[in-house]
Amino acid sequence: MKVQKNSSSSLKPFKSVIVMAIILCTAGIMAFAFNTGRDPKINMPVTVGMKKDSVASVKAFAAVYKVLMSPRCLNCHPAGDVPFQGDDSHLHTMFPKRGIDGKGVLAMKCANCHQPENTPGLHTPPGNPNWHLPPADMKMVFEGKSPRQLARQMVDPNQNGHKNMQQLIEHADDGLVLSGWNMGEGRIKPPLTHAAFKKAWITWITTGAYAPKK
Amino acid sequence: MQIPAIVTILFEIRIKSFEIRKHRNWEAGIFEDGKVRITMTIKLTRSLTQIITMISLKVNKKPYEVDADPNMPLLWVIRDIIGLTGTKFGCGVAQCGACVVHLNGEAVRSCVTKLSRAEHQDITTIEGLSNDNDHPLQVAWNEANVPQCGYCHSGQLMSAAVLLREKPKPTDQDIDDAMAGNICRCGTYLRIRQAIHMAAELQQKKGGAK
Repeated sequence: MKVQKNSSSSLKPFKSVIVMAIILCTAGIMAFAFNTGRDPKINMPVTVGMKKDSVASVKAFAAVYKVLMSPRCLNCHPAGDVPFQGDDSHLHTMFPKRGIDGKGVLAMKCANCHQPENTPGLHTPPGNPNWHLPPADMKMVFEGKSPRQLARQMVDPNQNGHKNMQQLIEHADDGLVLSGWNMGEGRIKPPLTHAAFKKAWITWITTGAYAPKK
Repeated sequence: MQIPAIVTILFEIRIKSFEIRKHRNWEAGIFEDGKVRITMTIKLTRSLTQIITMISLKVNKKPYEVDADPNMPLLWVIRDIIGLTGTKFGCGVAQCGACVVHLNGEAVRSCVTKLSRAEHQDITTIEGLSNDNDHPLQVAWNEANVPQCGYCHSGQLMSAAVLLREKPKPTDQDIDDAMAGNICRCGTYLRIRQAIHMAAELQQKKGGAK
């Protein structure tokens, strides 16, 4: 008994080292498993305003603004109640209206023509399972907004769909946002790739979400 | 789960002499054991899972099992497979409204709606709008003699039916908002408006929306 007691006490420090090592390994494996297939930089938990840098922030927003004002984003963020259509952002033919929930009215609901996926062919309706405009009580207008106005609107929860900074960051991966880069045949894409847009978007927010001067 | 679309069938025939031939879809050869084997490769246009899966849908309250590609437009299924030809093909790209049917009560354009979206769902076509052509809209349409060539009118009626269900007493603006997606080449718009107002009154007399 005595011998056993001695040997177990001499192993004590080693035991705790082994236990710690197992915990660390498990945590490492789990972290790896949850991050597979994604860009670790972008998926790192973000502390908003971690390192404020107004110059970098404003520069990043310039890139973001280009995307937001491209037809793929702008067309569904009109100042009026009728969306735009096409690469020249003309008023949507048939004049479908926003409706209370942003999903159209009466016999003219968005999903009547816009299917859960793109319809093949030119001049056919692009699709998404959640196709809609912003709702009537928060129109989130992009049309006619200067970079400063749009940047301020983006970070105001009373104008951005009640999103906090973390939710704003996550919004870059929203299904409808992503579909802007997959809008069917014959439509130009936004000026940046989605990865470049997301990087600029996150940079803008994490460096303080500064609004440009104009 | 997709099963590969290419099926290879191996035939084994015992013949002593056989000319070795190659063809686009099959080839034959004499093997060392003296047997002739013919290998045929059949390319199927659809995968096996699609062939063996029938798609169920309910059209005008009647259940149907359809053997068709899930990507087939619902309009083709309704007209060519089920045989209800009241719904018309107009533009094929959701621009004109001639093909409007109700999918769970919504006025969808069946030319761009895939069959897969309609699976297990309730479809109503112009043939199912009423039992005896007595829907207030149909009565009003006859009364006001609305159609000229008539091609677009099954779509017009199906859109108007959704309008009347959601707005039993529509204003001119409501009619414009609801019907702007249904084009009429003959320009019967004024009579359509008149008939919708008339149908709204008839519906009220009948007691409630259908």
